[in-house]
Amino acid sequence: MTTVTTIAATGALKLSWLLLVFPLFGAAVLLVGGRRTNRWGHLLGVAMPVAAFVYGVVAFFSLLGDTDRSQDQHLYSWIPVARLQVNVSLLVDPLSICFVLLITGVGSLIIIYSVGYMAHDRDRRRFFGYLNLFLASMLLLVLADNYVVLYVGWEGVGLASYLLIGFWQERPSAAVAAKKAFIVNRVGDASLTLAIFLMFSEFGTTSFTGVFGSVHSGGSGVATALGLLLLLGACGKSAQVPLQSWLLDAMEGPTPVSALIHAATMVTAGVYLLVRSNPILALAPDARVAIAIVGTVTLLFGGIIASAKDDIKKSLAGSTMSQIGYMFLGAGLGPAGYVFAIALLLSHGFYKAGLFLGAGSVMHGMDDEQDMRRYGGLARYLPVTYVTFGLAYLAIIGIPPFSGFFAKDPIIGADFSEHGSGGWVLGICALLGAGITAFYMTRMMLMTWYGKSRWDDKAHPHESPSVMTGPMVVLAIGSVGAGGFLIINDRLQDFLAPVVGVPPVSHGIFTVAGTVALVLALAGVAIAWLRYGRLPVPVMAPAGRFLTVAARKDLYGDAFNESILMRPGQWLTRLSVYFDNRGLDGLVNSLAALVGGTSGRVRKTENGFVRSYALSMFFGAAALVTLLLVVRL
Amino acid sequence: MSPVHYVSLAVILFVIGAVGVLVRRNAIVIFMCVELMLNACNLAFVAFASMHGNLDGQVIAFFVMVVAAAEVVVGLAILMAIYRARRSASVDDANLLKY
Amino acid sequence: MNHSYVLAAGTNTDEVARETIFWILCFASIGAALAMILVRRAVHCAMMLAVVMLALATMYAMQGAPFLAFVQIIVYTGAVLMLFLFVIMLIGISSADSVTETIKGQRMAAGLVAIGFFVILILGVGHAALGPATRPTAANGTNNLSGLATLIFTTYVFPFEVTGALLITAALGAMVLAHRERTAPRPTQRQLAARRLESGHMAPDPSPGVYALHDAADRPALLPDGTTSELSVSTVLAPRGVAEEPPSVPPQKEPEAITAESGHEPAPSGRADT
Repeated sequence: MTTVTTIAATGALKLSWLLLVFPLFGAAVLLVGGRRTNRWGHLLGVAMPVAAFVYGVVAFFSLLGDTDRSQDQHLYSWIPVARLQVNVSLLVDPLSICFVLLITGVGSLIIIYSVGYMAHDRDRRRFFGYLNLFLASMLLLVLADNYVVLYVGWEGVGLASYLLIGFWQERPSAAVAAKKAFIVNRVGDASLTLAIFLMFSEFGTTSFTGVFGSVHSGGSGVATALGLLLLLGACGKSAQVPLQSWLLDAMEGPTPVSALIHAATMVTAGVYLLVRSNPILALAPDARVAIAIVGTVTLLFGGIIASAKDDIKKSLAGSTMSQIGYMFLGAGLGPAGYVFAIALLLSHGFYKAGLFLGAGSVMHGMDDEQDMRRYGGLARYLPVTYVTFGLAYLAIIGIPPFSGFFAKDPIIGADFSEHGSGGWVLGICALLGAGITAFYMTRMMLMTWYGKSRWDDKAHPHESPSVMTGPMVVLAIGSVGAGGFLIINDRLQDFLAPVVGVPPVSHGIFTVAGTVALVLALAGVAIAWLRYGRLPVPVMAPAGRFLTVAARKDLYGDAFNESILMRPGQWLTRLSVYFDNRGLDGLVNSLAALVGGTSGRVRKTENGFVRSYALSMFFGAAALVTLLLVVRL
Repeated sequence: MSPVHYVSLAVILFVIGAVGVLVRRNAIVIFMCVELMLNACNLAFVAFASMHGNLDGQVIAFFVMVVAAAEVVVGLAILMAIYRARRSASVDDANLLKY
Repeated sequence: MNHSYVLAAGTNTDEVARETIFWILCFASIGAALAMILVRRAVHCAMMLAVVMLALATMYAMQGAPFLAFVQIIVYTGAVLMLFLFVIMLIGISSADSVTETIKGQRMAAGLVAIGFFVILILGVGHAALGPATRPTAANGTNNLSGLATLIFTTYVFPFEVTGALLITAALGAMVLAHRERTAPRPTQRQLAARRLESGHMAPDPSPGVYALHDAADRPALLPDGTTSELSVSTVLAPRGVAEEPPSVPPQKEPEAITAESGHEPAPSGRADT
């Protein structure tokens, strides 16, 4: 646990609210202005994130220059109610500035790319509005200095994700996917809400400094509970098992959305949450074990799914799931892994965004065809895309000196340093994951860029315009160099040390684990080449053995959710409706029926004959006389 | 005879008159049974008057007679009007006010 | 002799006589009442009611209410019951009640309730402390009539006035109810005569048949050829089927040709004689 004093913002950091205002302003103008802003909307939509990035760079250098690296800019007091004091304040410290740079930098590149990708879409202006909204929310999330404001940003990115996945509103599949994403995220959000409630009830405050300062007083029970709740919340946003089912369906959105939100930034919010909460996790070793297990399971889960998908975007989504599993695994290792998780996160932002933009470029050239079985031999038609895609591919499978090697292998190495056999299990799974990663990425490369062309005569693949290829080139540069830049000389480690602590054991760059991982990656490449390079790519879906069928069905993730959650929920609903209809309504209706039936029978006594009425009167008179006599006698 | 006998006779006549009202269908006969009931009440009143020794019961019986006469007049006029309209004097024929 | 209490003075023979008379009247009235509710024809019911009323009048007299007794006979039996008879004649002389009961269970229920009512009343009467007949008090005046008059015009003067108003109202009501609006103007004598001419039946209807053996309004008259004339019997009696057949007379053969000619003038209104 590190103690760092947070001071009020000074100098350029006093304007840190600009980071929020720029994209918010853009979103407001574009969404409220409506169709009038259609002609220049995209320009504003690009200008705002770029302006935010410029300020982010300024802030970064300003922070580097300061001795106090943790600065808090108070904006206004939001909820000042007795014990509950929630302020909207922006905390600029090494961790948040890393994310700010990633979000605004990669975000600007992707938004520039979208100008070209969405050029023919008549709702382009709305798209930029939503993207700016997303950026504003994500920046609020990483800059918040207390959990409640973080939650506001959390919800904001969830909303933006929903709006963007369902952007093409006329497609029912997109609407359904957006709903699914939102609902699954909600489960995580509920868990995060419970964590915030627990924090407030135990510590009386929700701000980072307050919680981290008093987390000792709660003891390990409270810390473990908080850790597990935060884990579940992070799982929802980062699409980890058990809340992973929405990520593959989220590919219904336009490709820039998939690149920005579901690869580089939003899905990494969960990792941010866990790394930010490291003082809590420091007191909860059981929670950390749970995080590591979740990460391990997910990295294998995602890898298996990615190996079986024919849709290029869905395969990349499975890859994202798997890579974030690595980040969770790193976060679960404690101070030994936080830095590497962040390093992997930053590098992954570059190369996964690059891969997605490349896939978008291929789809743009192939008339929105997403099925890789109809690609093949595209390398000569889309050269720039091919090169950038290839560089990102080399990065992700962990070939030195590209980013993945530097970023991923330390996590694998740190696994083996963990005490006990648990560490070995984690490490072996991580190594397997590396091999699987290499397998499916090579498969993707082979099916798309090499071999015979499997597309029909209607498609004419062509390279994308420079507004699209430019950002891809920049991202490719990042894919190549980001990992080395961050890890060599422990640059990131030193930068983040005040926030996340220092890894106890330093391994250096070339470790045994890293070498084994590299060997396994090459083995994965070889297997993929044998299967997809030498033999023709199958056009029909394989009948396959159990694992193949299971992987093509997302390892039964949806089926599990349906049978465990959806169907019992529907049964419960049906039961309630039945009970309401038959039970409650039946009770009320039976009362009415009782009255109706009784009156129906009683009215038969009104038979219209005067003499029977006379009989009733006579009988009544007799009763009266009886009463009178009884009273008197 | 003691008034008890007269009152008992009045009770019997009253009950017979009531049964007649309930059982007969001709409107005029029903009316006549009502007259029988009224007469039985008159008998009871006169018996009680002789029991008490004053004439109040007789005065009441006298008034009962007057009122019964007026009632008969109006009732029979109504019966005539109904008969003219429906050509039937049976009370069972007017049974439309039913469920 | 004090006439008002002539029957209340009781000696032994008076007592026996009074008892006998009472029991005879008792059974007579009960029997007449039962007969009244059981006989079919309305006229017979009226007759039975008359018997009951007369019996009751006698009982009033026996109890020292002679004025009431005579009022009962004159007003009740003589006026009200006769009014009943008039109405029966006008309306329902032949409308006899059928024996079957239309409402299910009515008779049974009526009988049960009546028996119950009777039992209850008898119990009440039996329980009540009904003392013996007492001598009339001094406040009743010298005789029954003046005693009644005193009561009516002093203690009960308001009910007296009100019943007077009631009587007037009843008379008015009867007039209104019995009134028939003319829907067409009253035909004048001239119109009536013209109508008669057109009907083809100008002579008055023949009188009912009068024979040596029978002399009644329900006997049709005989036409020359031996058939009955429907015109001679009142239209009220004929539909009731009470018009009786005349004694059979063998038809005469010879004047057939003449009869066929003279007795069969076809009437334009269709009322054929034969």
